[in-house]
Amino acid sequence: MNALRTRLLMIAALGGAAALFCGCSTPAAVRVRPWERAALADDTMNPDRDPLASMMIEHVYFSREAANGGKGVGGSGCGCN
Amino acid sequence: MVSAQSQFSGILRGAAAAALAALACALPAQVAPGSPFPALSATGPNGGPLPETAGKVVLVDFWASWCAPCKASFPVYSKLNAAYADRGLVIVAVSVDESPSAYAAFVARLKPPFATLHDSRQALVREVQVPTMPTSYLVDRGGKVRFVHPGFHGEQTERELRREIEVLLGEKAPSP
Repeated sequence: MNALRTRLLMIAALGGAAALFCGCSTPAAVRVRPWERAALADDTMNPDRDPLASMMIEHVYFSREAANGGKGVGGSGCGCN
Repeated sequence: MVSAQSQFSGILRGAAAAALAALACALPAQVAPGSPFPALSATGPNGGPLPETAGKVVLVDFWASWCAPCKASFPVYSKLNAAYADRGLVIVAVSVDESPSAYAAFVARLKPPFATLHDSRQALVREVQVPTMPTSYLVDRGGKVRFVHPGFHGEQTERELRREIEVLLGEKAPSP
């Protein structure tokens, strides 16, 4: 009786886990389908929509952190350029 | 004490349950050349007036107002419509926009000379499972998908479409 109960519990647990993990692994759950990209295509989702602000941020990274950023920013790392 | 054999048997049954669950989660297959195209009425009662497509060569294009290549494709479809509508080509542009106002504004701006439908519930596009936006399907006179064009690549796509439309227009409709 105990063995049967254990077996049933094991089956139920595995089935439940499979159903849960299936939700994580199928493309439907983890991928945004091509027709669902309206919000992603919005201009506000563009991290570089303000070139001047991006340049200033790059300048700060370049000047103050030296090892980070600095794409297209000329000058030295003294922070005075 | 549960024997190793019964534990193994339990694991096997669990694996079978997992396989069944995976099948239940599976998406419908993409519509591919050779398969029948789903009914356009899947766009629902608010989709717009359905064009007459029986016995015609149909070009179904899935587009959205937020998709730049879709916008570029409309002038080409207008040219194709002007060139082939008299010979039996019907172009149906299906919008997958969730917003009715975005759909209406796009249509009002571009004024396409061919039929447009609004799949606002995204039921048809989910059934078709388009691989990318835009994607167009050339359907023969018998209602079977013959060519699929994922994306729009300007003159190259236009050239391919013209060649394929000529082929399909030259075929006779299957007898009922």
